[in-house]
Order: sequence, then C-alpha cells, then structure tokens
Amino acid sequence: MRLPDKTSDIEDAIAGIKDCDTVMIGGFGVPGTPMTLIHALVDHGARNLTLIKNDANEPGMGIDHLLQNGQVARLITTHLGLNSHAIGLMNSGAIKVEFNAQGILAERIRAGGAGLGAVLSDIGIGTELAAGKQVVEMNGTPYLVEPALRADVALIHADRADVFGNLAYVGTAQNFNPLMAMAARRVIVEAEAVLPLGGINANDVHTPGVFVDHVVELKTLSKEYAVVQR
Amino acid sequence: MVARAAREIAPGMVVNLGIGLPTQVVNHLVSDFPVCLHTENGLTGIGPAKGYDTADRNLIDAGGAYVSTVPGSACFDSATSFAIVRSGRLDLTMLGAFEVSATGDLANWKIPGKFSPGAGGGIELAQKARRVVVLTSHTDRAGNPKLKQACALPLTARGCVERIFTDMAVIDVTPQGFGLVETAEGISVAEVAEATGAPLILPEAAVPTF
Repeated sequence: MRLPDKTSDIEDAIAGIKDCDTVMIGGFGVPGTPMTLIHALVDHGARNLTLIKNDANEPGMGIDHLLQNGQVARLITTHLGLNSHAIGLMNSGAIKVEFNAQGILAERIRAGGAGLGAVLSDIGIGTELAAGKQVVEMNGTPYLVEPALRADVALIHADRADVFGNLAYVGTAQNFNPLMAMAARRVIVEAEAVLPLGGINANDVHTPGVFVDHVVELKTLSKEYAVVQR
Repeated sequence: MVARAAREIAPGMVVNLGIGLPTQVVNHLVSDFPVCLHTENGLTGIGPAKGYDTADRNLIDAGGAYVSTVPGSACFDSATSFAIVRSGRLDLTMLGAFEVSATGDLANWKIPGKFSPGAGGGIELAQKARRVVVLTSHTDRAGNPKLKQACALPLTARGCVERIFTDMAVIDVTPQGFGLVETAEGISVAEVAEATGAPLILPEAAVPTF
C-alpha cells in the first residue's frame, strides 16, 4: 500500500474557490499566515468572500491584500487592532465584522472540524457579546450556544508537510492552523518543506494528512514572512 | 508600580501578562524566578524578549512582540491555549483597563464610536483566570477617574477584578467597595481618594507606601 500524493501547483489548488465562498485562513499575526496562498487568492479574484481569521494582519500584509482588493464582504475574527485599514472598512460599512472571543472562535472551528453542531460556553455572559445568542441551561448553569463553524476552503501554513499532507508546525505559527485544517470541505496547505512519505515521523504529525486536499511547496519565502521591524 | 505589581507573582504560578503595562512586569522578575508565563497565541514558558536582529520569525506573543523559548517551553494551538485559560490552570492574569468598578467589573476593550478593534482573548482572561489584577494609570489623560462606582463603557467581564495597581496606589476590590492597601511614595491618602471615582475604604492602621 502507498499513501496518495497530494502535491499540487498553487494555481490548481486555488482554482476551485468561488465567489461567496467562506474561507478559513490560519495565522496569528505573521506566524502561520499563509501569505503565498493569500496572494494566489488575490490573483484568482474570487469576490464576496467570508473570511474567518483570528486577526486582519497589518496594512499591506496577509489578508489585508484581500481587503484592499475588495474581495471580502464579511470577516469573522477576534481582533483588528494592528490593522487600521480593516477598522476603517468596518466603520464605513464596506465589510461586515463579527467579533468572537478568541478561544471561542477556536472552539467553534474545532467543533465544526469534529462534526459537532455547537459548543456551550459561559464566556461573555452579562456583556454585550452575549446579545442575540441562544441561552441554554445545563446542570443549573446558563450557557451561550456558540454554533460550530465550517468553511468551503481552508488556507493553511505548515512548517513541514509530506506529500500525503501530514503536517507539522513550529513555534507560535501553529495557532488556528490545525483547527482550521479539520473544518473545511477543501483544505489547501502551503509548506516550507514538502517531504517524501515518511519524512515526518508518525509520532510528530500535528495534522493527519486525511484532512488535507492539496499540498503546495513554498520554493522561496517572500519578505512578508520575515521578522517585522517596528 | 510595575515593580510593585511584579511582587504579586508567587513562585510556581502560571501567569498571563496582558498587552501594554503588564508586559513590563516580567522585567522585574529575577532570571531564575520559578514561574510559567503563558501567551494566548500558543506558548507556555515565554523567555526574554528579542530585538529585530535576533528574533525568530515564528515566535511572538499575543501583542506581536518577538519572544523566545526557555528549556521546558511548549507550543500548542489556540484551542489548547484557551483550554488552559478557561479550565482554571491560569493562576493569575494582569490586564490593562479603561475603567474598573467598585464591584470589580472591568471595561478594557471598547470605546463606542472611538475604539472597537475586538477583544481578542481578553474576555476569557478576565472571566476565567483564577486571579485578575489590573495595572493602569489612576486617571485618564483628561484627569478623570478610571476607578468608578460603575463602568460606563461596555464590559469585558463582570466582578472579575480583585486588585488594582496604579501610579498612585494599590487598591483591592472588597465586598464593601474599593479598599486602599498601599499608596505610592509621595502620594497622600487624600490625593488617592480625590482621584478615585467611588468611596475609598481606609485601613484602620497607617497605609504603607510602595
């Protein structure tokens, strides 16, 4: 038996994204943000997208290119503090923004990836973040119902992939990537190194390759991946 | 005030230091102090901050500052990171504030019409850390009290704050309201009371200074 090879050209991997798709994008700041796949989505041009991403990167970086290009209708996120451009788009009504508590966004995605319908949480009870949310009582305690999130496509950055799509991450570049890699109908991975089968020890795999559809090797890393000088 | 807040950290604690003033607390811990620092974006065992030249592009804290690991550090995903917070494994968090109420309500994420970038992980830290302390200037730039009877701004979490460190005083949130614990050197009790937007309960003994 031999595990299938999922390596792909970046254009082929991105080609299936359609207007109005929901796209999960990994990353927290620069670490783990799939900068190259994002540029390919800009070139591809799909519009009216709903993005699910922890943050909006910074002006001129990461998903800000999609915002600048007018491809985003809605953003499900936790914090836009480092991107004044994104805040401007939100305030002018050009994009709709839904804020989540960070760990609740993670759990909603994890639930989506695990085939569940929702999670129950008491985070935000008694604040305006609870407004409009269904409340259920469990063992005498009120909880908010936080619906699971799934996406049409997930764009993932990994440190290493094998050709089957087994993934390993490094440092704080892990963040939302392993969760999103389980929660989309089609999962596209860019990896800094693509290894042959067996190139990642089975015990060191963070995301099993069964979740992954396309593996794209990064031949070079653009300046957007580098340490940000402030 | 930052040095005084650092004394709040007991050996063996798991601690999350929020963005802004709280981040500076780490500079007041001796290098072999036994503590585990946590950051929301997926790291326990935060090591010293790194400058541009020596930074690892894959190691940042939740504020985007470059950090390092130490022997024993662990990296993990965002769900695991907040499982640490919500399950009660986080002994202490130090947060900034726009307003704190006399019942310990915290407002630190939104000023309607002016500032609404989203709360990130702040709500879970405020609601679920076993102990929440606040580091803040005692008044805002216009001189208005940040410690008030009730918060006017949207809340981050209700009744979560136990202690407040400011440039003027250390104040506890007690069942009766704000209780003065210490004053900064050179600041009188009357000055603290004047700058506080709710009644201040004074200890029976003399108030120590820090």
